Amino acid sequence: MKSSASIKSIVSRLLLVTVGMFGFGFALVPLYDMFCDITGLNGKTNAEAFIPLADLIDTSREVTVQFVATNNDYMSWEFKPQVFKMKVHPGEEIETTFYAKNPSSKAMMAQAIPSVSPSRAASYFLKTECFCFNQQQLAAGEAIDMPLKFIVDRDLPSNVTTITLSYTLFDITNGGLIADDSLAIR
Amino acid sequence: MGDHGPAKGFGRWLFTTNHKDIGSMYLWFSFAMFLMGGVFALVIRAELFQPGLQLVEPEFFNQMTTMHGLVMVFGAVMPAFVGLANWLIPMMVGAPDMALPRMNNWSFWILPFAFALLTSTLFMEGGGPNFGWTFYAPLSTTYAPPSVTYFIFAVHIMGASSIMGSINIIATILNMRAPGMTLMKMPLFVWTWLITAYLLIAVMPVLAGCVTMMLMDIHFGTSFFSAAGGGDPVLFQHVFWFFGHPEVYIMILPAFGIVSAIIPTFARKPLFGYASMVYATASIAFLSFIVWAHHMFTVGMPIAGELFFMYATMLIAVPTGVKVFNWITTMFRGSMSFETPMLFSIAFVILFTIGGFSGLMLAIAPADFQYHDTYFVVAHFHYVLVPGAIFSIFAGVYYWLPKWCGNMYDERLGKAHFWLSFVGLNVTFFPMHFVGLAGMPRRIPDYALQFADFNQIASMGAFLFGFSQVFFLFIVIKTIRGGKQATDEVWENPEGLEWTIPSPAPYHTFTTPPAVK
Repeated sequence: MKSSASIKSIVSRLLLVTVGMFGFGFALVPLYDMFCDITGLNGKTNAEAFIPLADLIDTSREVTVQFVATNNDYMSWEFKPQVFKMKVHPGEEIETTFYAKNPSSKAMMAQAIPSVSPSRAASYFLKTECFCFNQQQLAAGEAIDMPLKFIVDRDLPSNVTTITLSYTLFDITNGGLIADDSLAIR
Repeated sequence: MGDHGPAKGFGRWLFTTNHKDIGSMYLWFSFAMFLMGGVFALVIRAELFQPGLQLVEPEFFNQMTTMHGLVMVFGAVMPAFVGLANWLIPMMVGAPDMALPRMNNWSFWILPFAFALLTSTLFMEGGGPNFGWTFYAPLSTTYAPPSVTYFIFAVHIMGASSIMGSINIIATILNMRAPGMTLMKMPLFVWTWLITAYLLIAVMPVLAGCVTMMLMDIHFGTSFFSAAGGGDPVLFQHVFWFFGHPEVYIMILPAFGIVSAIIPTFARKPLFGYASMVYATASIAFLSFIVWAHHMFTVGMPIAGELFFMYATMLIAVPTGVKVFNWITTMFRGSMSFETPMLFSIAFVILFTIGGFSGLMLAIAPADFQYHDTYFVVAHFHYVLVPGAIFSIFAGVYYWLPKWCGNMYDERLGKAHFWLSFVGLNVTFFPMHFVGLAGMPRRIPDYALQFADFNQIASMGAFLFGFSQVFFLFIVIKTIRGGKQATDEVWENPEGLEWTIPSPAPYHTFTTPPAVK
């Protein structure tokens, strides 16, 4: 049997592990994002504008790009792509717009979250300008055409012929707080 | 110190620092929770007796599935193992008490408050937690009932209790062993608990972090799990299962230790492959950290992830197979007798293996898309938890109860309890494999007509199993109140220091450490 000093040292080391693992739980959040960024898994595309280096266009192939717009639960805006589907050459900078209208009687804030499918194409779909980089604010009844500019990377694997870009529009008017009683009790 | 008896009255239990008192309180508490969780389960089975909605509202049904899972995992199985650890570890390593007796008192006494908090949510406006025991976001954040905050604090308290208990167990095992008791001479129950305690310290804080993130999302405007603010609901599942998968081994490793103590006694042979048992336990614990995403094959993981988690999961079958092999080899050509603890242990080996095999089926990623969230999963984890964790606890109670209270239990009643439980359990859970493979989803209060027959059989089995446990309560109380005097050894040549002290075990044992050869 050992002294109480060695019990104290074990306890303090174990407490340190406990605190460390509590921190590790939170560290999983950036680690997970980093992992998805590096591997392009999870369909996450770039959240910052991509700056094109050289505009070399690969005219030998065409890729179909489809646009999907979805409202999240309880989001009342009209939200749709102006063009649903287009054929593009890799390397070419394309511009299109999404239409949004706030039909409600109060000003609202919205945030669009993009996702690309198939996920292995996510890191080759480069947005140079996107309404999803910012929050959108619309007054009551106001409508807007929101711009999107993108380039499909020329290194896109040749077996990918169709890319789907999907946006989900979230209502963040109340600051993103989700403890809203109207939602909680249904 | 040796002739100090216990204090009188309720204060004895409130202020006790005695490992035996605290162990008993843990065991009684966990049994109360077992009955409560069992009542929740019977509400589920009663509703599922017929297709259509009969007895309860769907919202309440969801609360029952959630509370059944939470209460059984955190209230019944885990405290029962901690109770056994408190009673047995000091007696097995030749220590007078746990290393931190006062903290031991705390880690027990905060538990009833945690569960009072959790249970009280059932009476609140909007009801209790209804999002499943895995509380996936956004069900548990955006769409949760207002009582979710109580749930979060209850989980925090349970986690604190587990962490304190684990620190205590590790400190006891590493510091308080009798001279001569080297690590590789420790009984396997002590070994498995040492490894379990490390698992608990590694993952309970992650669970605490997980519910803290929920709390912040709900009340403080962060967006860990909300896509609107740049978070990700799938992240929740990763964080949760990083805790959740080691958690399932937390609920089974001590069971391995109990069974490894009982089978040699009744096979009258030493345990086959002691060292390989230790290493297998450690490998299972290590592997438990790298398989978590096999619970999430259908979230849209890339093929590389599916393959990694599939193969890593299948790898766990190897050390588990080593253990099953060792138990069977211990029994092989043994001079076996079939007292109640042995019956529960043999049933453990057989039925846990069935649960392990259905686990292997679920580990096959492409097949899992068919099985995911069906009753096949329910059948699988009940086969590893009921005849796994619960049966081992029954076995352990029958095995050590004569040492604790000095009286032999009634062997006929014990065997009757075993057979009722064994039949009830299989009648309840075996048909779930079939309805699951046929596509019946879990956590739904209604089902298609073609599942009616198997569900009726399962419900009848559930009521049989449930009421058999009231019978168990009767047996335990009867044994404590009287019965044949147990000898100090209780069984025929059992191994371990706990059998060298008188029956019933005196209030203070090993105040001078025993000599270990």
